[in-house]
Amino acid sequence: MAALNEEQTLIRDQAKSWVTEQAPVRQFREMRDTQIEQAYAPEAFAAMVDMGWTGILVPEAYGGSDLGYLTFGLILEELGRQLTASPLLASGLVGTSALLLGGSEEQKQAWLPKLVDGSAILTLAVDEGPRHAPTKAALTAVKSGGGFVLDGSKTMVLEGMAATFFVVVARTGGEAGSDDGLSLFLVPAEAKGVSRSTRSTADSRGYADVTFAKVEVGSDALLGKLDAGYPLLDAILDRGRAGLAAEMLGTASQAFDMTLEYLKTRKQFGRVIGSFQALGHRAADMYSGMELARSCVEAALQAIDSDADNVAELCSLAKCKMGDHLHLVSNELIQMHGGIGMTDEYDAGFYLKRARALEAIYGNQAFHRERYARILGY
Amino acid sequence: MTASATKTEQGSGLEGFRAEVRAWLDAHFPPALEGVVPMMEGGADGKHAADMTAWRDHLAERGWGAPHWPKAYGGAGLDHAHVRALAQEMGRVGAINPIPLLAGMGVTMVGPTILEYGSEEQKKRHLPGIASGKVRWCLGLSEPNAGSDLASLGTLAEDRGDHFVVNGQKIWTSGADISQWCGALVRTDKTVAKHKGISFLMLPMDQPGVRTRPIKLISGASPFCETFFDDARAEKDDLLGELNDGWNVIKRLLQHERASQTSAGSPGGRKKAGALQDVAKRYVGVDGAGRLDDPDLRSRLTRHLMDAAAHKLTAERIAAEAKGNPQVGAAASIMKNSATGITQARSELLLEIMGQQGFGWEGDAYDSEELSTVREWLWGKAISIYGGSAEVQRNIISKNILGLPETTQKG
Repeated sequence: MAALNEEQTLIRDQAKSWVTEQAPVRQFREMRDTQIEQAYAPEAFAAMVDMGWTGILVPEAYGGSDLGYLTFGLILEELGRQLTASPLLASGLVGTSALLLGGSEEQKQAWLPKLVDGSAILTLAVDEGPRHAPTKAALTAVKSGGGFVLDGSKTMVLEGMAATFFVVVARTGGEAGSDDGLSLFLVPAEAKGVSRSTRSTADSRGYADVTFAKVEVGSDALLGKLDAGYPLLDAILDRGRAGLAAEMLGTASQAFDMTLEYLKTRKQFGRVIGSFQALGHRAADMYSGMELARSCVEAALQAIDSDADNVAELCSLAKCKMGDHLHLVSNELIQMHGGIGMTDEYDAGFYLKRARALEAIYGNQAFHRERYARILGY
Repeated sequence: MTASATKTEQGSGLEGFRAEVRAWLDAHFPPALEGVVPMMEGGADGKHAADMTAWRDHLAERGWGAPHWPKAYGGAGLDHAHVRALAQEMGRVGAINPIPLLAGMGVTMVGPTILEYGSEEQKKRHLPGIASGKVRWCLGLSEPNAGSDLASLGTLAEDRGDHFVVNGQKIWTSGADISQWCGALVRTDKTVAKHKGISFLMLPMDQPGVRTRPIKLISGASPFCETFFDDARAEKDDLLGELNDGWNVIKRLLQHERASQTSAGSPGGRKKAGALQDVAKRYVGVDGAGRLDDPDLRSRLTRHLMDAAAHKLTAERIAAEAKGNPQVGAAASIMKNSATGITQARSELLLEIMGQQGFGWEGDAYDSEELSTVREWLWGKAISIYGGSAEVQRNIISKNILGLPETTQKG
């Protein structure tokens, strides 16, 4: 754990007790079983808004508390522990970061207070195919009159059913695959031509496929620079990656704690199975891996907070190391629990399913190794 | 992190200290030694030998050979921030402190343990010699039949009133053939459980009852010895800690050892010809997009570099969490295994990168980098064995940190 200041400790403790008491994994199970469309409990998100979590990144001038990404990560870690579903990451972190990094003063004033008070939910619509590939965006935005016309579709949009508006990655020039010619637009979900459908996923969370059929927007919908939106998109995604890594840290920690508890209580051959060295050594390696991955996650969040010049490198490191670690821990969770881990009644399966989704979102391990190598110049 | 480091520096007047160090280095560091890496045992070759000795004595005079030790025992009483500033200033002019190498196991392991367990008289008698770099220490721990199961050791120390008489054999005693003192783990009570009858004795190596024989390793080097005690003499005053409490003393000493083995670099700390990825580009070449021309190697290289980055960040995090005063503790086992894995992986990758130039033993067909890579690769196999093998570290983590029950012999 990073050396936290008093305020951070307070927020972490508050998050921990709220999540454990008000939004434990039992609630996630209820939510899954009732299959509500937006895939989170609205009252849980309302409570998060009340606690000020949607304003953690937002300057006070726009109604937030400006406490930074490391603090946000502490909350996401606790949410990840209990698989608490909400648009906090998609909107409170990613959508909010998009406005903070790319928004004009007018855009910030119009939208940030609404994101903070929960009346608006802003989420990023980037991918169009099965694998995260921001430069492959082919959805077009063509200049028309005083504004633009957007045409194309997006897939796997986080909290896409709950969103009230989207940051849409569009091609205003260049070829698909090029990082040149990309632009970002703010598009209301109720705009004419926007339609969406929910996806049913193994992790039971909220994703939507969103179609933009000749959607007209004004010139004030442009977020950041025309044709040169890629660096902005990359910076937004990196914040999302660091946030995801923090959530993954919580998910992995809980999966490991469950496993360790089981190793200490399950008896076979007349002794607790944790006394078998074959299991103890694997547990030791998982614990070590967790400590090493945690350092990467915290370093990435701190680098964002201090505006360091190696944010991209550290975010890829964090997402990748955390991905590898969560992959291992989620598999060992099932294997070490044996048969009970295979049952739907037990929570282990939720962690396994969520793990793979978290690994894939905003780039899996292979994506980030490739990116890391490019950043380091080989 | 950068911001908080700067704040601390201003807060404790570190800038003034840095200026003092710079002026002192100007006056006392022999320019001819710039970037000269001492040999493993701390000395330098003929051309630099005299300078190295003078440099050692200047450092010792300021207590900067073991700067974090109290002044009364040959150190300079510096806190962590000052020690780091000192190291950075020395690094800036290419100055290397040879005293930890010259003292063998003295600065890194025996000294810190004497500081914790030693009597005032023992501290005064032994620590200044270590801090001056003039007295080298070795450690007599492992025996032919007591490796990972160290507590089963059989070297016997018999009480003869004012002294002990020691008989038995130690193995893997680093630098025993050139050391003046030895810290040895001996059995002082055969009638109790194996952990409870062990004591830690300090004894001089220059006596008729002590004999050493170097062991040649697969790397061709002989850093280790067998050490034989035949009626060797150790004074009662040189018992460290309580009689029969040696197991606690050694557990602490081994934590210091692990802590000293947690930096993931090349074994021996030699200077490297650039980052691993640059070496790879040189040998393997790149494709049109500037990517390493071996996708499989490139992916594994990335995994390795990420592991190394995670290790470095973790070391920084441990230091930050300890608020500038890192404690030797449970994390040492994690860090030792991590450092070991990374160092060995690096060697294996280097060998693979060099291809058929990567298994030269000697001769003009290979450059010095290639030859040393092979030797370090072989020597590096030792690091997951000594200081508590990787498996022993996993036992420590699962038992002491995770609270899993002891593995029993019974099935």
